[in-house]
Amino acid sequence: MITLTLGDAPAVPLEAEVLSPDTIAPLSLEEIRALPVFLGKRQRRVADFFAVDGESGDVVEVHGDLRRVKWIGRGMSRGVLRVRGDAGMHLGSAMTGGSIEVSGDAGDWLGAEMSGGMIRVRGSAGGQVGAAYRGALSGMKDGTIVIDGSAGLEVGMRMKRGTIVVGGPVRDFAGLQMKGGTIVLRSGAELRAGAWMNRGTIISLAPIPLLPTFSYAATYNPTFLRLYARRLATFGCAIPFDERDGAYRRYTGDAAVPGRGEILVWQPRS
Amino acid sequence: MLRIAGGTVYDPANGVDGIVTDLFVDDGRIVQPAATVAVDRTIDATGMIVMPGGVDVHTHVAGGALNFARGLVPENQRAARKFLHAGDRRAGLGGMTPTTFATGYLYAGMGWTTVNEAAVPILSARHTHEELHDIPLVDKTSLVLMANNEFVLDLLEAGEAERARDVVAWLVWAAKAYGIKAVNPGGVEAWKWGKNANTLHAPIEGYGKVTPAQIIESLAEIADALQLPHPVHLHCNNLGVPGNFETTIETMKVLQGHRAHLAHLQFHAYGGSDWGSMRSESARVAEALITNRNLTADAGAVLFGDAVTITADGPWQHLLYQLTGRKWGNLDVENETGCGIVPYVYKDRNLVNAVQWAVGLELLLLIDDPWRIFLTTDHPNGGCFWRYPEIIQMLMNREFRREEIRKLPEMARQRILLADLDREYTLSEIAIITSAGPARSLGLSRKGHLGAGADADVTIYPAKPDHGFLFSYPRYVLKGGTIVVEEGEVRDVATGREFIVRPACDDAIEDYIRPLFERFYTMSFANYPVEIERLRHPEVVNLPRHP
Repeated sequence: MITLTLGDAPAVPLEAEVLSPDTIAPLSLEEIRALPVFLGKRQRRVADFFAVDGESGDVVEVHGDLRRVKWIGRGMSRGVLRVRGDAGMHLGSAMTGGSIEVSGDAGDWLGAEMSGGMIRVRGSAGGQVGAAYRGALSGMKDGTIVIDGSAGLEVGMRMKRGTIVVGGPVRDFAGLQMKGGTIVLRSGAELRAGAWMNRGTIISLAPIPLLPTFSYAATYNPTFLRLYARRLATFGCAIPFDERDGAYRRYTGDAAVPGRGEILVWQPRS
Repeated sequence: MLRIAGGTVYDPANGVDGIVTDLFVDDGRIVQPAATVAVDRTIDATGMIVMPGGVDVHTHVAGGALNFARGLVPENQRAARKFLHAGDRRAGLGGMTPTTFATGYLYAGMGWTTVNEAAVPILSARHTHEELHDIPLVDKTSLVLMANNEFVLDLLEAGEAERARDVVAWLVWAAKAYGIKAVNPGGVEAWKWGKNANTLHAPIEGYGKVTPAQIIESLAEIADALQLPHPVHLHCNNLGVPGNFETTIETMKVLQGHRAHLAHLQFHAYGGSDWGSMRSESARVAEALITNRNLTADAGAVLFGDAVTITADGPWQHLLYQLTGRKWGNLDVENETGCGIVPYVYKDRNLVNAVQWAVGLELLLLIDDPWRIFLTTDHPNGGCFWRYPEIIQMLMNREFRREEIRKLPEMARQRILLADLDREYTLSEIAIITSAGPARSLGLSRKGHLGAGADADVTIYPAKPDHGFLFSYPRYVLKGGTIVVEEGEVRDVATGREFIVRPACDDAIEDYIRPLFERFYTMSFANYPVEIERLRHPEVVNLPRHP
């Protein structure tokens, strides 16, 4: 395992996409220290900011106040990346495999346009989780993002496949222009969830405000949720599915697009 | 004095076809060597191909619409080729809609040294000139949009031809333009009513009498009367629509007796009655163009892959948006024109796109007079200008072309002629369609050739059998006698000049325009015309008064 420990938090954003198992695993400690990072517009070395220790391998741990360190784990395809602390924007952006664990919070654009792998955040995340970057046609294409805390705006914007689970409440526009995949909102969302959604599923375990362009379809207990629940339970975030406990109200939309997405809202048996 | 020694020179304008000879450059021009001047540098061009620098007769590289497009497709910018700041070279992005400085590096890097920005509204001319100034290494001309200008249309409606001529002359100088562009005559005006102009001889929406045909004929007449070096540059009605070849041929009839340039002819040569039955009608359009010797055209060829379509043709862009269901930008340019922007992907498995791809090449191959059909992709509409070498390769290599045709769906292959065309372009013909021809059509007497007195814009290619590669990486590019590109690398960032014309007009015409302008426009009249001081390297051509 390689350990990188950040000294003083940088005053301006530090772009450090080299902090990923793909880049680091084959290198010696000296080579890792010499890797380029950008402090604002100036190119520096990893060693100017991080103490590097440990033995080369597929596991990388980064310690410190990393809120201004961007692009950690960008495009990673394998191995394990652990962030002990808070991570900055674009963590795990475009990753294709491997796993990322964050003990604190993560910034905006967490797992944006990722196409595989697993991201687990113990704290909260910013906005645009698993989203498409501005202008791009699709966001997250596969993989799983689990956030124990809350999340910001536009969670899963234009996502195409994969799963996002958020423990705390999320802000406006969850699933904006969603094209597929699943978003699980364990504590509900603020306004306009599912706006312009074409396909895909938003599951909310708490009541949420719905757009008028979503129409009620049925109250039922979809079979596929049993599978989802089993899988999500392995991450410690079970979702209810048993009809003895309650049922889901299904709403379809967004009719403004028009789309064939669905929002399932859990109704516990009273 | 600089000597380019031992190169194989292709200078079709002067009848030089692959002759090994020396060229001499002094003070930015090609010169006949005088014994008294010493040669202080020699470029050894032995075994290399020497051609006049490329001239792009129709491209969109600056201005409000292009900037709108740049903003609309951030996802393309992300994937684009990066130019890093290095020495004098500025940072920038390539891609579908390159940034200003990168545009110059990309054109010159390919051996092109003059470009014609083909669509400028007067209202955004100031911005356009600022951007053109920031495109280094190439000389520039620009054309001002006129076929949907309400001042002009109102005068045509009222039958005031002479005053219309003076208004056009005033507007050309106000925009500091080089010529007149006509886009979908009457159609963009009709778009303001949610309509289009599909037939040439019906009055356009909002007017009682004036028809697209009348606009086309009047503007052609005005361009001739004002003695503009480049004739009216026409984007015909019904662009992109199946069956539009009839409109194109009818337009050619309307233009009889006048000079004209037909832009991106590929988009105007389709048969069939809907998308499912669309087919190539390049043979009939090519034949009509060959017959009408008053006309030139550019190909507007399509290449498979990503593109961004940008045109003043607002109604067409709305239709294209409905077909793609992706993004759409629409601009209303007050009393002058409109504009639409739609990102687009040309796919080889798509019947319509496959026909479009073939039609561009067919026109280039069927029109056997290279002086009248020029290489363009209507950048960035049909593909990016930096992909021209791909088209050159297909024109010069029949076998390569046939390999590409084999990739098309069977149904598309039945709708096109390309597989039956055996013609292969010679290097001399390539020099004509990329340089000598467009320079002649633009009336740029010092461009497109290597005779004494010509601007020393010279491209030197390594001689290699693979012609696509050959044209991608010139060994040297000279701009105004300076070596600006060497081995594909930008060595010097010389600023280009702008050619503009000053047509003669009745000075009193401003008294006619001013009150109209103050009534109908949202800005102040004093801010409307572009001051000549705005242009930092203008080259003004003063035109004589109408006889």
